Amino acid sequence: MSEINYFIDALKSYQYLQNAMMAGVLVGIICGVIGCFIILRGMALMGDAISHAVLPGVVIAYILGFSFFIGAVVTGIITALGIGYITQNSRIKDDAAIGIMFTAAFALGIVLITAQRGTDVHLWHILFGNVLAVSKSDLWMTLGVGSFVLMIIFLFYKQFVLSSFDPIMAQAIGLPKKLIHYTLMLLLSLVTVVSLNTVGVILVVAMLITPGSTAYLLTDRLSVMLGLSAGFGVISSILGVYFSFIYDVATGASIVLVASCIFCLAFMFSPKRGVITQKIRKKIVNKKSNTQLIE
Amino acid sequence: MGIVNALDIKNLSVSYNSKTALENIDVAVEPEQLVGIIGPNGAGKSTLIKAVLGLLKPEQGQISFFGQPLKKSHKKIAYVPQQSDIDLDFPITVEEVVLMGRYPHIKWWRRADKKDYEIVTRFLKEVGTEELRNKQIGELSGGQRQRVFLARALTQEADIFFLDEPFSGIDMASEEIIIKLLKKLRDQGKTIFVVHHDLSKVEEYFDSLLLLNKQLISYGKSTEVFNVKALQEAYQGNLTVIPGHSQLVVTC
Repeated sequence: MSEINYFIDALKSYQYLQNAMMAGVLVGIICGVIGCFIILRGMALMGDAISHAVLPGVVIAYILGFSFFIGAVVTGIITALGIGYITQNSRIKDDAAIGIMFTAAFALGIVLITAQRGTDVHLWHILFGNVLAVSKSDLWMTLGVGSFVLMIIFLFYKQFVLSSFDPIMAQAIGLPKKLIHYTLMLLLSLVTVVSLNTVGVILVVAMLITPGSTAYLLTDRLSVMLGLSAGFGVISSILGVYFSFIYDVATGASIVLVASCIFCLAFMFSPKRGVITQKIRKKIVNKKSNTQLIE
Repeated sequence: MGIVNALDIKNLSVSYNSKTALENIDVAVEPEQLVGIIGPNGAGKSTLIKAVLGLLKPEQGQISFFGQPLKKSHKKIAYVPQQSDIDLDFPITVEEVVLMGRYPHIKWWRRADKKDYEIVTRFLKEVGTEELRNKQIGELSGGQRQRVFLARALTQEADIFFLDEPFSGIDMASEEIIIKLLKKLRDQGKTIFVVHHDLSKVEEYFDSLLLLNKQLISYGKSTEVFNVKALQEAYQGNLTVIPGHSQLVVTC
């Protein structure tokens, strides 16, 4: 209990902690929402790929002194296009093409960073986040980009849902399949940059996929799933920042671990689909039918 | 001026990884009929639909609907997918699925309004699944689900319908409801294409048949096309004729 009080006191008095908390909450919401679509489209691997592929763009943007977002979107989209190009023009399958492209982009990023000795691009911070260094302007940026991403999803909700659920009908009624795909890739690149400070390039995929998957186990309605997913993202961020502050461990990883724990709980105890819930239900049914037999 | 054909396919060829799937298909289908697309496994039945709907790029050929290219015809075309293409775990309700049929009519930034929901209700009733409207799509039986997807196509208020194996794996009652509705649609002046696997009832169900085995074997009135010679050509010997009946059995 005293730890919680201590944390709340710290939250009241330290600006950096407030910023970290706000950033975490925003990232939880944004990743949670877009993550649902990534899961439902079976693109988890693609999400992982794009988030990694953002790295060289961020580094180049840093070296040349323009916005991280531009760099990230450019390398993110180039990677997505490259993956599509390889699968369409060779016998290489999707998953292999993804593996080839994103590791190449990621390696390029690492080489670029390590070539920039003596600068203050911290490899560790980009890879794993540095939530305690979130500035006010970072926060505004996160809020701006987050609103943009959520607005796009809100505006094109119909199109995203239909093309995820029934891509054939979507195409048959003339929805632009490729444009929708690359829009999602663009949003993913933006979301990754926004998440750089909070969880970093490597773990951002967890914020995209874990809360959404947790929600997916709990509901049959997409609207509810989106809400739950954002909610789990927020809870993970808050608890993650808390644990990281109290036990002095890496924030991004601690946020992800909380998200994983929530997933575990849902996996076991989801009312409809939990592994343990189903076992218990089976037992009850068996008991009932046994007693009926006896009677 | 004669009747404009509902569907015109000119010189259509499709291949996957340099293997030919369809070769030089040439066919003109008059409107207001129920057309069965039949042929053995791997004959390219689904490929034909996909090429016609622009889902895959043909090597060559032209397709038009009522004399218009696909680009101008999206609103007029409704499609009912093969059951196996549907993700049964998708978090979506029956009502939401049927509402998708309205999407071509709703401006891209708009949401569905009351009128759209009324249309949804009307067609849910028509296929007899209104009480299932709030169920998740995976909770339905195969037959119920197929009817829901038909309802979705109906809300689209299209002129041409494509159904990919709508009768596979569904109960008799649903099959009867669906075929009845399809016949009603035809009587209202729509043109319906059905990819069909089973040769029994073919004559009973369809006005015209499009017999396919990579090439167009035959197209015409069911009574004319549905003969042993044409079927044997399409099925290449994997067909047994029970003498004395017009019963045909596919042996593969």
